[in-house]
Amino acid sequence: MNIGRFLAMGGYAVYVWPCYALAALVVGLNLAWARRSLRSAQREARRRLEMLKVDSSP
Amino acid sequence: MAWVWFHRFGSPPHFYRLARQLTPWFGWPAVLLCLAGLIGGLILAPPDYQQGEGFRIIYVHAPSAWLSMLVYVVMATSAAVGLIWHMKVAHAVAASCAVIGASFTALALVTGMLWGRPMWGTYWEWDPRLTSELLLLFLYLGYMGLRNAIDDVSRADRASAVLAIVGVINVPIIHYSVTWWNSLHQAPTVMKFGGPPTMPASMLVPLLLMLAGFTLYFGALLLTRARGEVLRRERNARWILEALDRA
Repeated sequence: MNIGRFLAMGGYAVYVWPCYALAALVVGLNLAWARRSLRSAQREARRRLEMLKVDSSP
Repeated sequence: MAWVWFHRFGSPPHFYRLARQLTPWFGWPAVLLCLAGLIGGLILAPPDYQQGEGFRIIYVHAPSAWLSMLVYVVMATSAAVGLIWHMKVAHAVAASCAVIGASFTALALVTGMLWGRPMWGTYWEWDPRLTSELLLLFLYLGYMGLRNAIDDVSRADRASAVLAIVGVINVPIIHYSVTWWNSLHQAPTVMKFGGPPTMPASMLVPLLLMLAGFTLYFGALLLTRARGEVLRRERNARWILEALDRA
């Protein structure tokens, strides 16, 4: 396979590759956002529980 | 049997545990399917007889457009379940969908514009398919805006559920827009009634792999986000302590 020809995409490179780059970006961002969202919920939950422990201790 | 499953799935600790166990079973097959789909779509599939190599945009455009609608249907369905049966887990699932759906709707629109420019000669046309897909993006953004505007989670759940349910009417409009009206956009190739897909297998198989890969990837994202949303809806429950210690 000729790499140069592959990258040229028959003259459509300026349309095809941005589509794939954006798709990779959206896929990557969603993964990062989902993980961040879960971690922040876990942190919040832990903080809430710790406050509760302080409140209930004599 | 179904009711037992329904109740177990609706119990936050059970859902949290199950979601964590299931996530890799969605995530890793998604990676493999997308890799195979990319190799098939970018390298093995022959160029289109009309669009040449430009048609390869389909392998990211169609899966993101498919997700834009699937995610909305999942969001509206779980919002309805949450509203009807007062199920927190269902509301958590619905709330998890919006960001994912909005981002893939935007991706479908932008990749569609980049495909439209060389093939139709224009980035944008106020065409039924394009316009209804843009409306879908606004529905997601409206849903997110509404949730952000309400501080109380359970009130936000109920209000945004109504919006999600009303907006679901747009999904069949998007799908059938190309059949009902004259549209620049082509008619369905894969998801149509009456006949097999109008595409050779060398082009179709990579597309199906990408569609399956994106769908499983959405499953993994949804399970991850929904766990967080379940935690946000549970106050002071003992199981949270156990779940967090194990994580």
